[in-house]
Amino acid sequence: MEDKIKSLKMEHITKRFPGVLASDDISLNVEEGEILALVGENGAGKTTLMNILMGIYQQDEGRIFINGKEVRFRGPEDAFKAGLGMVHQQYMLVPNMTVTENVALGYKKAWKPFRLDLEMVRERVEEISSRYGLAVNPDAYIWQLSVGEQQRVELVKTLCLGAKFLILDEPTSALTPQETDELIDLLKKMKRELSIIFISHKLNEVKALSDKVVILRHGAVVFSGNTSDYSPSEIAALMTGHEIVLPENREPDMHGDVALAISDLYVRSDRGFFAVNGLNLEVREGEIVGLAGVSGNGQKELAEAINGLRPIEKGKIEFFGEDIANKTPYYVIEHGMGYIPEERNIEGIVPSFQIKENFILKDSDDEKFARHRFLKKKEINSNAEILRQNFDIRCPGTNTAAGALSGGNIQKVILAREITRAPKFLIAVYPTRGLDMGAIEFIHQELLKKRREGIGILLVSEELDEIMNLSDRIAVIYKGAIQSILHHGEATKKSLGILMAGLGNEEEKND
Amino acid sequence: MTRNFKIAYKVVIILLAILATILLSSVILLILGADVWRTFYTIVITPLTRVGHLTEVCVRAVPLCIIALGVAIAYRSGIVNIGAEGQMAMGILGFTTVALTLPDLPKPVLLPFALFAAVVSGGLWGFIPGILKAKLQVSELLSTVMLNYIAAQFYSFCLRVPMLDPVEALSGAGTPQSARLTTNIEIGRITGRLHYGIFIALVLAVLVYLFLWKTSFGYKMRASGAERRAARYGGINVPSYITLAMVISGAFAGLAGGVELAAVHRRAIEGITNNYGFSAVVVALFGMLHPFGIIPASFFFALLIYGSTLTPRAVGVPANIVDVMQGLIIIVIVTVQMILQNSYLEDKVWHWYSVRFKKEEEK
Repeated sequence: MEDKIKSLKMEHITKRFPGVLASDDISLNVEEGEILALVGENGAGKTTLMNILMGIYQQDEGRIFINGKEVRFRGPEDAFKAGLGMVHQQYMLVPNMTVTENVALGYKKAWKPFRLDLEMVRERVEEISSRYGLAVNPDAYIWQLSVGEQQRVELVKTLCLGAKFLILDEPTSALTPQETDELIDLLKKMKRELSIIFISHKLNEVKALSDKVVILRHGAVVFSGNTSDYSPSEIAALMTGHEIVLPENREPDMHGDVALAISDLYVRSDRGFFAVNGLNLEVREGEIVGLAGVSGNGQKELAEAINGLRPIEKGKIEFFGEDIANKTPYYVIEHGMGYIPEERNIEGIVPSFQIKENFILKDSDDEKFARHRFLKKKEINSNAEILRQNFDIRCPGTNTAAGALSGGNIQKVILAREITRAPKFLIAVYPTRGLDMGAIEFIHQELLKKRREGIGILLVSEELDEIMNLSDRIAVIYKGAIQSILHHGEATKKSLGILMAGLGNEEEKND
Repeated sequence: MTRNFKIAYKVVIILLAILATILLSSVILLILGADVWRTFYTIVITPLTRVGHLTEVCVRAVPLCIIALGVAIAYRSGIVNIGAEGQMAMGILGFTTVALTLPDLPKPVLLPFALFAAVVSGGLWGFIPGILKAKLQVSELLSTVMLNYIAAQFYSFCLRVPMLDPVEALSGAGTPQSARLTTNIEIGRITGRLHYGIFIALVLAVLVYLFLWKTSFGYKMRASGAERRAARYGGINVPSYITLAMVISGAFAGLAGGVELAAVHRRAIEGITNNYGFSAVVVALFGMLHPFGIIPASFFFALLIYGSTLTPRAVGVPANIVDVMQGLIIIVIVTVQMILQNSYLEDKVWHWYSVRFKKEEEK
């Protein structure tokens, strides 16, 4: 059991699903102390490949070797015994249990007859956390921890259970930039003890962390080599098959009329405090206002309040001169609001509905899709086909359940619907979170296209590059109020970072 | 993995589920010391052998089908209706009230009006849990069950006091039942007790299908049920659609009560609801919450219900065995749904299959 994994090889792995070749003759090789980055667009087959490695799926063809010996995993338990551990994108932790208790769930050595040896588990947690420099409090409840801390718990858990080889599925997709930097440092230290396969499409991280990179496209390896020999943009080009140039907003100010004017707005969060706390903001037609801030500073509540999804305690929201505060979502939609919500999987789409059904979510009564309340099948089908092509939504067909799509494609479904409804205004909340470069490029281009058409856009994001590339003006939100508004060109990453942390402003003194 | 394999996999799982139900039921029958084969034969085969039996099965299938359609509408809209038993009872009372108070109206007016009263009464009884859920988030599981008790007691009261047959009152026997209703409310019979209500059920099934999948109303209801947050985001007034779904669901149960009265009993007596309201929930689930699944499902369960009435005499097994079988079927359905959703398991079976059989084919 205590043997290290000196090498792990996957040779000629092939896996077919109906209509899809998910893995096409993939080979890869990881040596002791190496970090291999597995990169590719959403839906390129990265997760499928790792599920095969973990024994969750069985390959149709191909072989896996550990330390030169062929292994066959019939399930995750077998992979686990061989020392492989995987941290999934969604953390598998019980929120109302402590860290120790969560680890104990899988730590069979501590399962004594009629009792659980929590003391032993806690020692193990402490041992692992000091050995790998993973600071966790064994007695903290999961719900008390931030996303970054929860991820550390996942790592500790996996290591406690005996993993000698880590597989991390998009470990940074839910982390803030600061947490991401911490994780990268941590993993760099950990590679002295073990090898890591790390799935990502954030190329800066790949560059910063990995020794080797394997790039997948449509289920096949398109490139495999040393990370240091390539620049991020070269990797991006290999990943998507074309050069990626993220578009920038370099157009002159349109001097449009005020589209959305928010004054002195107060909105409560789910937990009851004022998440939006006296916020003032104006967005004009043909203008992108980037709302920068560390997530959790009232962005979500603000977006929901504007769209009628959350009650407003006090304040005014004027939308083209009309007060839409505390109106129904329907009223707001009818007045021309487009909204790309943060929760794309359960709010932006109905996951069990077909893609074509999701396209008419806001328009099932519209003349375009219904006559006397009877749905027009032909129009709905042809609309879906057009949107699928125009927005390059990759799916077997528009009858597919939207929830079965990858994150990037779900986002394209939402974007397609919101944009083609011809809204007068658009609110986009974290529109590119977790998406690959190709999809980000596409979404940025679409947003800029809308701006050129004279539509005002409120862009909520925590990606500073995104905010700085696209915005005419940047509003920094901190604790539910606007800290400061900067014009395009005035802002630097550093100045935004300081403002987002709530520092360096006169308003701070008045607080 | 091939498409054929996927289809075959589903079929095999469902066949296994049926087999499991039969095996589990057999175990219980064995414990009861019954002749397993003859019991199954009596329940499932005997009713199909004679026209007389067959019509009785259909008579039971009609209310099951109508109620199950309503249950499916509610379920698809995200609210579970286990109050159909009470809604049906209220429907019967509504129907009886109209029939007793306006007996002289001509048939083309009276029958539709009485059925309408049944629909309204049932719908009203569905509206209560619907609005409570929509406005105050009261669990419909609690409210519908509680309203069943209220309806049952109220029904019992009506039959004993305000609606009591004057003849019974005079004779002093006091059997709780209404007077025989006027012939102007009767739905005709085709053969035996089989009545034209069966066409009402079939037409409603088609209408429900059109409503749920071809209209924007149905679309919004299904969206509310499938993902409430997304529906709300999409501007759909989820609370009102949930309430509406429950009203429709109650109206279907009320209608089933009215039809049952007009076609079969022709006077309000105790026991008309016959647990149809509960069995219909199973029928709806067994029919995959789809009208065209509910039609065969209601026939199948009617078969079980009728077959079970034959068992005490034929093989000495209590009729309640069908309740046990219904319970088993629910457990099996839920299990099958879990299994069919587990793509990892499917993948494993595929792997096993391709190792076992594909290699040999290639050789």
